Amino acid sequence: MDGLLNFLTGLSVVLILMVLVSVRRSHIRAEYSLSWLAAAVTLLILSRSHPLLDWLARFLGFASPPMALLLLVGCLFLLVLFRLSVIISALRDANIALAQRLAILEYYVGSAHAEDKT
Amino acid sequence: MTSASLLVIIPAFNEEAAIGAVVREIRDTVPGVPVLVVDDCSTDATIFMAGRAGARVLPLPYHLGLGGAVQAGYRLAFELGYNYVIRIDGDGQHDPRYIPKIYEALRSSNCEMVIGSRFMDGDFEPSSFLRGMGIRFFRLVLRPILGKPVRDPTSGYVGVNRSALQVFSKSFPLEYPEIETLVVLQRRAFRFIEIPCEMRPRMGGRSSITPVRSLYYIFHVLMGVFVNVLKYEHRRRRK
Repeated sequence: MDGLLNFLTGLSVVLILMVLVSVRRSHIRAEYSLSWLAAAVTLLILSRSHPLLDWLARFLGFASPPMALLLLVGCLFLLVLFRLSVIISALRDANIALAQRLAILEYYVGSAHAEDKT
Repeated sequence: MTSASLLVIIPAFNEEAAIGAVVREIRDTVPGVPVLVVDDCSTDATIFMAGRAGARVLPLPYHLGLGGAVQAGYRLAFELGYNYVIRIDGDGQHDPRYIPKIYEALRSSNCEMVIGSRFMDGDFEPSSFLRGMGIRFFRLVLRPILGKPVRDPTSGYVGVNRSALQVFSKSFPLEYPEIETLVVLQRRAFRFIEIPCEMRPRMGGRSSITPVRSLYYIFHVLMGVFVNVLKYEHRRRRK
């Protein structure tokens, strides 16, 4: 099971680096990177801290600490994805409202031009 | 019928084959009533054909889908002060001869919405087996929610008054809006009636509903119906 813990450590490091590089290159806004960073740092700490992981496994009722960590990771990422879905939904609503407003304003401008010509 | 009180809107996406004839037919049937084509970012000559036939055109900057296009038309109609709006499809399936009947029903019934129904006279001949199953299913689902039967819940031939316009200009289902719209109205204690209308074959273009999309449609609309019911319950509890 140490192999699984090492893999999760590697995954968390790669995730942290990816997020930081993306923030630096402005591919992701800082406020949206926080959820991913929090999830990745939690994964890193738990995968390297055996006492903490043992306590977590006992708390969740798992015989295997790495499996408990895997479950926690899955739940954390599900929460992050859900939060992003909420953000995307709000952005989509705002985007549609903007597109409709733009179309209506263009309609008014076009009507005003047509009136000026006549 | 005055042009200041009624607007006919046609949401259209790649309907160049039919839109011109539809607009001309409406203008011949109800002279003086403005026709607004909401172009959902068509890639063909829909805008040109609609404008040439005498319609006003509201071109959307990108493809919003049917609900987004209809809502844009409702928003503009509400801002321009129209009291009644009748929505008609751009493919020629809706016969414009029923516009005066829908308009009169809107004015005389005090209902917020009038639906042009294909199945009022007991005839039930949907265009496909799957579509027929879907309509039957949603009749059953909607019956207890609406508190009354609805014969043609998927009809897009609808007229609304200004109260409904106000609601829809702020909140309107984005995809497949017909059924969800009924729930939105019912949750606000608005009323609707159906009047008989005959539908025709498409004049051109092709339907976007495929068998796979039909299943997605049923799932999506079912979700939308229950979401709208939940929204209402949440608001009532907060009061």
